[in-house]
Amino acid sequence: MAHEMKMDKKNMVVVEGSYAVAHAVKTCRPNVISAYPITPQTHIVEDLSKFMADGEIPNCEYINVESEFSALSALVGSSAVGARSYSATTSQGLELMHEVLFNVAGMRLPIIMTVANRAVSAPINIWNDHQDSISQRDTGWIQLYAENTQEISDMTAQAFKISEDRDIMMPSMTCMDGFILSHVYEPLVLLEQDITDEFLPPFRPERILDPKNPMTFGAFADPHFYTEFRYQQERAMQNSLKKIEDVANEFYDMYGRYFGGLIDEYQTEDADIIIMAMGSIIGTIKDVIDHLREKNVKIGLLKVRAFRPFPAQAIMNVIKDAKVVVVLDKNISLGMNAGALFIETKSVLYNTDIDVPVIGYMIGQGGRDIPMSTIEKIISDAEEVMRSGIKIESQFTDLKEELL
Amino acid sequence: MKSISLLAPGHRGCAGCCDAMAAKFTLMGAGEDCIVVSPTGCLEVMTTPYPETSWDVPWIHSLFENAGAVASGIEAGLKALGKQGTKVIAMGGDGATMDIGLQALSGAFERGHNITYVCIDNEAYMNTGVQRSAATPYGASTTTSPAGKVSFGNPRPKKNMPAIILAHGSPYVATTSLAYPKDMIAKVKKATEIEGPTYIHCHAPCTTGWGFDTSKTVEVARMAVQTGLWPLYEVEDGKVTKVRKIGNNKKPVEEYLKMQRRFKHLFTMEGGAEEIAKIQAIADKNIEEFGL
Ligand SMILES: Cc1ncc(C[n+]2csc(CCOP(=O)(O)OP(=O)(O)O)c2C)c(N)n1
Ligand code: SF4
Repeated sequence: MAHEMKMDKKNMVVVEGSYAVAHAVKTCRPNVISAYPITPQTHIVEDLSKFMADGEIPNCEYINVESEFSALSALVGSSAVGARSYSATTSQGLELMHEVLFNVAGMRLPIIMTVANRAVSAPINIWNDHQDSISQRDTGWIQLYAENTQEISDMTAQAFKISEDRDIMMPSMTCMDGFILSHVYEPLVLLEQDITDEFLPPFRPERILDPKNPMTFGAFADPHFYTEFRYQQERAMQNSLKKIEDVANEFYDMYGRYFGGLIDEYQTEDADIIIMAMGSIIGTIKDVIDHLREKNVKIGLLKVRAFRPFPAQAIMNVIKDAKVVVVLDKNISLGMNAGALFIETKSVLYNTDIDVPVIGYMIGQGGRDIPMSTIEKIISDAEEVMRSGIKIESQFTDLKEELL
Repeated sequence: MKSISLLAPGHRGCAGCCDAMAAKFTLMGAGEDCIVVSPTGCLEVMTTPYPETSWDVPWIHSLFENAGAVASGIEAGLKALGKQGTKVIAMGGDGATMDIGLQALSGAFERGHNITYVCIDNEAYMNTGVQRSAATPYGASTTTSPAGKVSFGNPRPKKNMPAIILAHGSPYVATTSLAYPKDMIAKVKKATEIEGPTYIHCHAPCTTGWGFDTSKTVEVARMAVQTGLWPLYEVEDGKVTKVRKIGNNKKPVEEYLKMQRRFKHLFTMEGGAEEIAKIQAIADKNIEEFGL
């Protein structure tokens, strides 16, 4: 691959994933941070609070709000006056923001928010899956999913650059698996201030609330106008497809690190079986692939980094010649008995010449462990599909029948 | 006082609209170096039908229940960017202020942002068709607290919103009324000049929701003050510093109630007189408490 990592061990430190994110946020020079604590996001906001207390984030205000609803609402105001604005949340907090999420995207405010992905209640559960952010799919936020702590740190700067682009002006969620990435200590390179100052220009939006040039934000649009607002949001999302790729490449040129643009690939060139997934499970899948490749199983990985905008073309290019595609989802669309990535992957193949079977597995719900053996089992199912066709299209993984 | 209004004419509110008057007086007090936040409600809908706007100052509407938080963010953003002097004003209905937006407003006041919040109290959810709110007075008939064979209308008195704001330690809390524009303009000016979160609660009769002729907005508002049902006062650093006396001009509450369709049933239903007496008791208590 063209992107060979250039990471100097000398520059690596061992820090918690949350610290890496907080440090990255600080390095991006935010003007307003507003957040409300919720496990497993808390370490990020605590680290940012400490930076504030030590005077390490210049020209920045930290608003200790009374709820996530107000956290994001406050950023509507700050972003509208031209302040670079940041928040972090997860699960119940993200769901509480639902109404504001639409509002931010509709007003084209490029706010960045880290989501430390966690399951949603009931039953209440603090461990990782992707139900929280996947449930906000249609709110108009760009959604990027990170594989490891280095990636979520680097993605923070990328997200500001993507969102603040004049042709885009849409907010972004950078998603990291709760606990698995937020609480793990791993060696990484902290986002570099000098390079970031060059990579990420100051936030200078064209339209702000300013008494010298009064403008109206958030007007009432009747049916004559509403469709065009929605159309322009969709166009901005489509513009972001290229921007996400470009920014990842530019980041690589300047920092020497690359984790994919819209997607990333591993051992896909000759693969009969392609596994698709998002987030930290990618690491486990790569290990399984290494192991199976030794046994001559032709298997590869398609890592989906951008879930919104959905990288339909990039996905099709990778899977078009495969014999079977396996999609792993840490979420469920109840009543559809399937996960979102699976549903959408199938939907982009319809009306094309690509005729590859796709099977889906709902996996790791509420933080259930995903051992290599589970993925190996799924792959042997896929081999069976190659031999004799699909028997079960989409299913729960590692279901404990004895508990039902 | 500016001669040209910062709220342009031609909005789509009803003739004699209380919200439009309140917004105009607020801007007269605040001047042009301000940013205004409005929650969802009549004021927002009638002043900003895209692509038109009535606002000659920067203005933002986000949602129904987050004006306090949006104003907080504007203030913080201006501070972080080193932009000084611009006043941050939130202006919204009683529903947005006292019901659904109370938490965000409480948070903003507790945190001490330098903002001024103006509640335009027309005593119900007008934008959605006159449903009751926490500001609807005792005995008023609304579409969700209608008078009926076994109901005299709204069964609860108004929530005491200024007292709730005072409990946050706000340095300046005042009540005002559309009947006294000079009073309102002066109070807004004062509120915006005081550092910290300040609050103005404006009694704002709504021709459509309350049921009176469009030319009578000011008269109805004045009668509320003259009966003692709406006391005008200022509280600075927790102490009442000014009260508008009614003295010998005091009017019985009947005179106020009979001007409005929403209280009509009190004059026709059996037992109405006792209900009116309860409303008179509310006025008498105000008169005693504030020495009106
Ligand atoms: C979350 C939410 N719930 C309900 C509504 C519907 N709604 C819009 S405006 C409004 C009433 C506004 O009442 P008030 O704040 O008193 O202002 P007024 O219109 O009376 O001036 C309601 C219920 C909404 N927009 N958002
Ligand atoms: S219903 Fe009342 S508040 Fe709404 S526009 Fe008409 S007069 Fe104004």
